[in-house]
Amino acid sequence: MLSRYRKELCLLLVLLFVAFWTIIFSRNREADGLLTALLESRFLSGRNLENLARQIGMYGIFSLGMGLVIISGGIDLSVGSLMALLGTVFFYMLTGAHAWIPGMHWPFAMALLLVLAVAIGLLHGWLIAKIGMPAFVVTLCGLRGYRGLAQTLTRDTSLGYYDATYSIEGLDRLMTGELFGMPAAFIAFLVISGIVYYALHQSVFGRYLLALGRNEQAARYSGINTTRIITYAYIACTLLTCVSALFFALYTADVVPSMHGNFFELYAIAGAVLGGCSLRGGEGSVIGIILGTTVLLVLQNMVNLLGYDSSFSKVITALVILGGVLVDRFEIWKWVSFRSKTA
Amino acid sequence: MSHLLELQKISKSFGPVQALHEVDFSLQAGEVVGLIGENGAGKSTLMNLLGGMLQPTAGQIKIDGSAVNITDAISAAQRGISFVHQELNLLDNLNVAGNIFLGREPRKWGCIDETRMADQTRPLLDKLGLDIAPEHHLAELTNGQKQLVEIAKALSMDARILILDEPTSSLTIKETDTLLTLVETLREHGMAVIFITHRLAEIERVADRVVALRDGELAGHLSREEISHDRMISLMIGRDLSEVYPPLPDAIGEVILSVDHLTTARWPRGGASFSVQAGEILGLAGLVGSGRSELAQAIFGVDESPSGSINVEGTLLERGSVDAAIARGVFLAPEDRKASGLVLEMSVRENMTLNSLNRFSRRTRIDVTREREQTEQWRQEYGVKAPDVEQPVGDLSGGNQQKVVLAKWMTLGPKVMIFDEPTRGIDMGARHEIYQAMADLARSGCAVLMISSDMEELLGMSHRIAVMCEGHLTGILEPDQFSEASIMKLAVQTGGTAAPPK
Repeated sequence: MLSRYRKELCLLLVLLFVAFWTIIFSRNREADGLLTALLESRFLSGRNLENLARQIGMYGIFSLGMGLVIISGGIDLSVGSLMALLGTVFFYMLTGAHAWIPGMHWPFAMALLLVLAVAIGLLHGWLIAKIGMPAFVVTLCGLRGYRGLAQTLTRDTSLGYYDATYSIEGLDRLMTGELFGMPAAFIAFLVISGIVYYALHQSVFGRYLLALGRNEQAARYSGINTTRIITYAYIACTLLTCVSALFFALYTADVVPSMHGNFFELYAIAGAVLGGCSLRGGEGSVIGIILGTTVLLVLQNMVNLLGYDSSFSKVITALVILGGVLVDRFEIWKWVSFRSKTA
Repeated sequence: MSHLLELQKISKSFGPVQALHEVDFSLQAGEVVGLIGENGAGKSTLMNLLGGMLQPTAGQIKIDGSAVNITDAISAAQRGISFVHQELNLLDNLNVAGNIFLGREPRKWGCIDETRMADQTRPLLDKLGLDIAPEHHLAELTNGQKQLVEIAKALSMDARILILDEPTSSLTIKETDTLLTLVETLREHGMAVIFITHRLAEIERVADRVVALRDGELAGHLSREEISHDRMISLMIGRDLSEVYPPLPDAIGEVILSVDHLTTARWPRGGASFSVQAGEILGLAGLVGSGRSELAQAIFGVDESPSGSINVEGTLLERGSVDAAIARGVFLAPEDRKASGLVLEMSVRENMTLNSLNRFSRRTRIDVTREREQTEQWRQEYGVKAPDVEQPVGDLSGGNQQKVVLAKWMTLGPKVMIFDEPTRGIDMGARHEIYQAMADLARSGCAVLMISSDMEELLGMSHRIAVMCEGHLTGILEPDQFSEASIMKLAVQTGGTAAPPK
């Protein structure tokens, strides 16, 4: 049984290693006794954990969407730019400050934004699965276009929502509040993970997605409507990007279209690939994507807490991803014996 | 006297599978040896050892009496061995000369010397009687001409041993004749040729000697005087034909599938009209590329068909819709199991249910327990040799993979079952089981359409044989007209000069 989750277990080991490393080097040096010193480390402080959980939540949500697209054998490079566009549009909906975008109460704005995200996903899916354009090209245009559109709308300035003309009561509490001491983004991430887990690993959709990611032709010859399933994957990606965009926009409280969500698609791809998704498609698990994203964010957290040069953190991230994919390429995890080879 | 080429006790195994067992083989200069054997008998493995694509597990290869080690295609070429593959290794985006000298282009100032390359190409083409210019684009040539370009490439490398693997499988009768004449000419110039083909008549014409392989072992030799169709068959099969092909059902019912002037996207000006009755197996013959597979894909709906109609049990079937075909019980076991029939990385269980998951799901959730129980039962019923249903199908042999495909469709209760090359790459034992399953299926009242390039299979497993040529159905043979010659006559009827429209 364990052997099926070797990849995930290896990733978990890496995660624990990074966490312990950070705990040890951020320990409270004034406390008496090693255990107390470790427990009072800056890594384990309430504020850090809360912050980390929020980050994992926000990055994790869109990484799951990216994971589905990668499993279908495609890619979505437009995630970060779409985030900037959706954040911008959302704030304009709240403030009603743009001529083209009607102002409205935040529940309507949220619903409309989700509909907009689904429409964009539908467009991606249609162009890629039905028309047959390469996913790389379609979403590369999205990468340039959506951010450009956001910058055009704002005339390339930053945009906040505190001067909203419509009541924003409850919005803050919903999106940046806490429940049982956990940030809202993290709770949303847990719920969404559960849904995506069901969709990918237990539902018919997931089986079809894995099958067509491996061999689209064989899936078609089995009577699977591959166009529809692939389109669903792109819709899931933009929809989850939208959910994440809402959290991000309210977390940062103002959107700078030229910076907002920059390179987020690369975080998502890195997290998914590190978590065992194959860019050739047909391979990947929700647990893997979650662990992959978490490893990247804990690494980032380590660099911040331990005061390493933050530019150098990019090098570390690069090496971890490269190492992770190398391990996968040569199936090094097979060398680790779990004494359950018969399974 | 030392042989030009000698293989001594060559063995090759892939993991536990013994593909070749202590095979001896020899070849003289100026000799044409016909290498025959069923699919999976080890012909390709043996030739791949010579071509350097594979290394033998045991045994020795000798050229001019001294042992050699052929490590890759380059070292094979250096030793004068040239391998013309069934799937041509030519680049459509280069011209003839560019293809012949690929990787060995004559250079001037670091650039390709096009003039010199063309000059060196011309005599080669003349030698082969190929009336085309070196600058001619490869994409514009017919299959027969491409085949000759491959041979010109071999000549340009000063080959002494030429291996032709199924060279005529996509050629017209005229092109085949040209090729066979060429082989005879090459023999006179002292070339040693290994000729692999399923068309035994070609062997009868050109071979000086026949070597037969069966299940990875040497099945026997025939000298020039001994070569005859029947003797070759019995050497290849090693048993009576009646042990291979089960008796066909004789109760033919009413028409189930009727196709009227159906065209395919690749052959929009072609068209086929025929019908298949309940309990009947209709063989569909034709050259590779004659549009048989496209016709099957059009009926199954994975390909668009521009015009024509398909009727199943008297009602019209929507064209170009797999959903509609499956709903009406029209299924296809496709030609290329690995590319279209199965998802190799997925398990036997997942493959068996991929087309019918709604039977194992409540709303959207898959009931894996029930799925596992049912597929385990099917696995035993269809005799799929695998430890359990969680085994990836990629790990199974060709025969067992095909049984998974059969289980996948037959358990859905087909009305019309189309088999496209059902036994390609499958050993004799498994073939018999697949033929038995086909006969049983027909007996249960299903209409069966069987596409095959294997003459023996067509003649042994069909009630009637339809023949296609360049997208047209050129005729349907009744049992009293069955013969290899009558099939070939229909298969090349339109003369066939044009390459298929792209």
